[in-house]
Amino acid sequence: MATAVSLSRRGLFQVVGGALIVRFALGQTKSLDPSEVDSFLAIHADGSVTIYTSKVDVGTGLATAFRQTAAEELGTPVERFSVIAGDTAVTPDHGGTGGSSGIPRGAADIRRAAATARQGLLDLAAKRFNRPASEFTITGGVVIHPGGQTATVASLVGNKQFGLKLDPKAALKDPRTYAIVGKPLPRPDVTAKATGKHPWLQDLTLAGMLHGRVVRPPSIGAKLLSVDEASIRAIPEVRVIRIESFLGVVAKDEWAAVRAAREIKATWSDWQGLPGSEGLAQFVRNAPVDKDQTVAMKGDFAAGIASSAKQLSATYYWPFQSHASLSPSCAVADVNDSGTTVWSATQNPYGVRANLAKVFGLPLEKVRVVYMDGSGSYGTNGADDAAADALMLSRAVGQPVRVQWMRADEHGWDPKGPAQLHEMRGAVDTNGNIVAWETQMWVPDGPGGSRALLGPESAGMQQTHGQGAGLMTLNLDPPYPVANMRILSHHLKDTPLRLSNLRAPGKIANVFAVESFADELAHAAGMDPVAFRVRGLTDQRALDVLNRAAGMMDWQPRKSPNPNAAEGDLLVGRGIAYVRYKQAENYVAVGVTLAVNSNTGAITVRRIVCTHDCGLVVNPDGLRNQVEGNIMQTLSRTLHEEVTFDKSRVTSTDWMRYPLLRFPEAPVVQVTLIDRPEEPSYGAGEAASAPVAAAVGNAVFDATGVRLRTAPFTPARVKAALASAAASKA
Amino acid sequence: MIAMPQYKFRVNGAQKTVDSWDPDQPLLYVLRNTLSLRAAKFGCGLGQCGACTVLLDGKAVRSCITPVKQVAGHAVTTLEGLNADPLQTAFIAGQAAQCGYCTNGMIMSAKSVLTQSPHATLEQVKQGLAGNLCRCGTHTRIMNAVMRVANGTKA
Repeated sequence: MATAVSLSRRGLFQVVGGALIVRFALGQTKSLDPSEVDSFLAIHADGSVTIYTSKVDVGTGLATAFRQTAAEELGTPVERFSVIAGDTAVTPDHGGTGGSSGIPRGAADIRRAAATARQGLLDLAAKRFNRPASEFTITGGVVIHPGGQTATVASLVGNKQFGLKLDPKAALKDPRTYAIVGKPLPRPDVTAKATGKHPWLQDLTLAGMLHGRVVRPPSIGAKLLSVDEASIRAIPEVRVIRIESFLGVVAKDEWAAVRAAREIKATWSDWQGLPGSEGLAQFVRNAPVDKDQTVAMKGDFAAGIASSAKQLSATYYWPFQSHASLSPSCAVADVNDSGTTVWSATQNPYGVRANLAKVFGLPLEKVRVVYMDGSGSYGTNGADDAAADALMLSRAVGQPVRVQWMRADEHGWDPKGPAQLHEMRGAVDTNGNIVAWETQMWVPDGPGGSRALLGPESAGMQQTHGQGAGLMTLNLDPPYPVANMRILSHHLKDTPLRLSNLRAPGKIANVFAVESFADELAHAAGMDPVAFRVRGLTDQRALDVLNRAAGMMDWQPRKSPNPNAAEGDLLVGRGIAYVRYKQAENYVAVGVTLAVNSNTGAITVRRIVCTHDCGLVVNPDGLRNQVEGNIMQTLSRTLHEEVTFDKSRVTSTDWMRYPLLRFPEAPVVQVTLIDRPEEPSYGAGEAASAPVAAAVGNAVFDATGVRLRTAPFTPARVKAALASAAASKA
Repeated sequence: MIAMPQYKFRVNGAQKTVDSWDPDQPLLYVLRNTLSLRAAKFGCGLGQCGACTVLLDGKAVRSCITPVKQVAGHAVTTLEGLNADPLQTAFIAGQAAQCGYCTNGMIMSAKSVLTQSPHATLEQVKQGLAGNLCRCGTHTRIMNAVMRVANGTKA
C-alpha cells in the first residue's frame, strides 16, 4: 500500500501554496552516526517505519529493496516502511551510491540495523512481560509470546529512540525463512511517476525562487572577454551574473532565463586545446603515459607466446561516451543567512556537500544537500556541476535559484566515460588451451579526488582536479585458465575531456576486448564458442550461467562463422559472452542473435538472452528491470554512442549527433535470474552491461566472418569492415 | 509593466487564460510554471526526446517546441488530465519505468497512438514511440505495457 509511504513522505515534504517545502520531521535529535541504529531506522507511534540512508534510488528500485530488507528482519509489513535518502541533515553517511554497492553494502547496513532493532524490541518485550527475550517472535509488526502476551512494535518503541549501537553479532533471519525478501514488490514511485504525482527535483519550487541558466563558453578553455548586457534588454527582468569567466543569467520567468542565456552577446577568447575525436584511437595509443600498471602476471607470457603454434593479436577501441541523462542536470540552491541548502539528484550527497563547502569556503555544518529524484544518471553526470551553478547564482542574488541545464550543456559538459584502447595478444594450442594471453590497455584516466566543478572553474576559484573514472582495470584478464598471462594498464597523463564514472566503468570496454578476443581464440582453435568457454571453467556458478544461456538460445555446437548465414540480403548469426563481474561478483552470460544487412551495414539485433546470478535476490522484479535496462542501454552504447569533439568543444551536443537506441530497434530481451538465497547479494546496477558489446560483436562475426573491434558498430563502420574483408579476400 | 498578451485554451477540460510576455514561449513552460502542471518534462527543448509530450486536440505534440500562440483556441491534455487510464494502469502493473523521466512522454505518445489505432500492432507501437527516448533501457516493459492495452488484456 502506497498510503503509508506517501503519508510519511508528507512528513518531510509539504506542499504550501503549490510549492514543495521541506521541514524537519524529527527535530534536532536525529542521530547521523552510522554506528547507531537510530541513524538508520525510526519506528513511529502509528507503526510506520522510516529508513534513513545516504544511498539514493535514482530509479533503480534500491529504496524498495531497502524496505524489503528492513521489513524482513523486523517482522513488520513492508507497506509500513518508507525511505528518506540522501538528506545530509537527517540521513547517516554510509557512502555514496555507485559501483553497484547499494545492495551489498547499503542493504547490508540496513539489515544489520534492523536485526539489532529486532533484538532491541525483543528485549523491551522481555522487560514488559518479564519473560526471556528468546521466547518472543515478531510477526506482522507484533511481538508475540507463546503464552499469549502481545505488544505492537509501535507500543514498545514508537517515537522513541533505540539508543543501540549496530550489533555485528545480532542474529540475522535465516534466508530460508524469508517471506518478503525474494518476492517481487512493486515500486511506489512507479505509480507516482505514471500518474504525474512524483516529487521530482525538476519540479521543486521554493518561495521567491528564481530561474537561472549558465552560459558555457564556446570552447572548453575560452576566457570571457566582454558581455553586452544591452543585447538582452528586450527580455523582462533578467539579471546578469558575471564572475571572471562564469556567466549566468537569473530571471523570475524560466523562459526569460532560457532566452537570455541563448541570446546574450558575449566575446570569448579563442581556444583550441583538444586533439579532436577523429583518429582518437591513435592519439590514446601514443599520448604520454603517466603510470604503467601491472594488473596481473602469471607464468611467462613471452616464452608462452613464442613457443605456441597459433598466435593472434588484435586491437580494440571503445570511444568516449556520455551519461546522456534524459534530463539535463538540475539543482535548486538556497543561500541565506542561516546557511546553504542545495537540492540535487547527485548520487553522492555527502560528497557534494563536502566538495561545495570546500570550494565555496563554507563551514561544513552550514551546508545541507538534499537528494531528490532527477532522471537516471548512471554515474556522475552534470548533477554536481549544476549544484555548484545553482549555489553560485543563489549566493550572487540572495534568493533561491533553480538551474536546469539545456540539452547542449548536458551532452557537451557532463564528465565523460573515457576512451579505452586494448592491444591483445594470445595463443592457443591444438586442444584449445589458452597458452598465452596479454592485455594492454591505454586509458586517459588520472588521479582520484574531487573533479573540478565547471562553475567554480570558470570563476577562477581554487579546487582539486581529480580525473578518476572508476575502477577501470578490472576484468582485463580472461575468466578462463591461462598458463602464461600479462595484464598491463597504461594511464595517460592527460585527458581531452573531463572524466567521471559511467556505468560499469571500464568493464564494458574491457569485456568487449577480452570476450571478443576469447572468441577469436576459439575460432583459431576451431572450436564452438560455448564449448571453448566452458571447457576451462570449474566454478559451477559460471558453468550454470553459460550453459543456461546457451540453453535459452537452443545453441547447437558448431564453429563460427555460421555456414547458413544467408537470409536474402541479410546475414544472421549468434554470439555469446560471459563475465564474472569485477572478477569477484555477479556471474552473467549474454547471448545475442542478430542480422546484418550486407548492403547497408545495419545491424538488427533480434533477441538477447541473459542469465544472471547475483547471489540472494531481494526483489526479483526490480532486479529483472535493472538487468533489462543494463542490456538495452549497453546495446545503445554498442551500436550508436560516441562523443565527438573538434579542437575546441564537444560537437555531439544533441540527440541527433549523439543518438540512442530507439523503439523500432529494440530487440526481445529475455532474462533468467538464478537466485541463490544462501549466497551474499551482489549489486546488479552494472554487471549485465559488461558482456553485451562482446556478445553483439561475436554474433556479427558469426553472421559475417568479420570481426568488429571498434565501437560503436554504426552501419558505416560495419559496411566498411565488410568491404575491407571482401577486398582482402579478393 | 505593460499588459501581457493573453492566450485562451482548454487544459484537461477546463478553460484557461494565460499571460505570456513572449508569444513564442513554448507551451511546456506555460504548463509547468504558469499552470503548475509539471508532469510534462523538459528533456531537450528541441523536439528530439519526447519527455515533454502532451496531447493537442488528442494528438501527441512536443510541448517544448510548440509556441503558446499556436495553442490558443485548442485543447491540451496533460498526464494530470488522464484519470486511471488503462495505459497508466498497465505501466504500473508492468512496472514499466526505471528513472521514469520519460514516462510522461511514453504514456502520452502511446495514448495518441491508441486513440488513432486502438488495436495497434507491436510494429505500430514501436513506430509510434520512435520519437520517445528512454535512457534507462526500459523499452521491453514499455512496449509490453502498451501492447497489453492494445490487445485489450487485463492488467
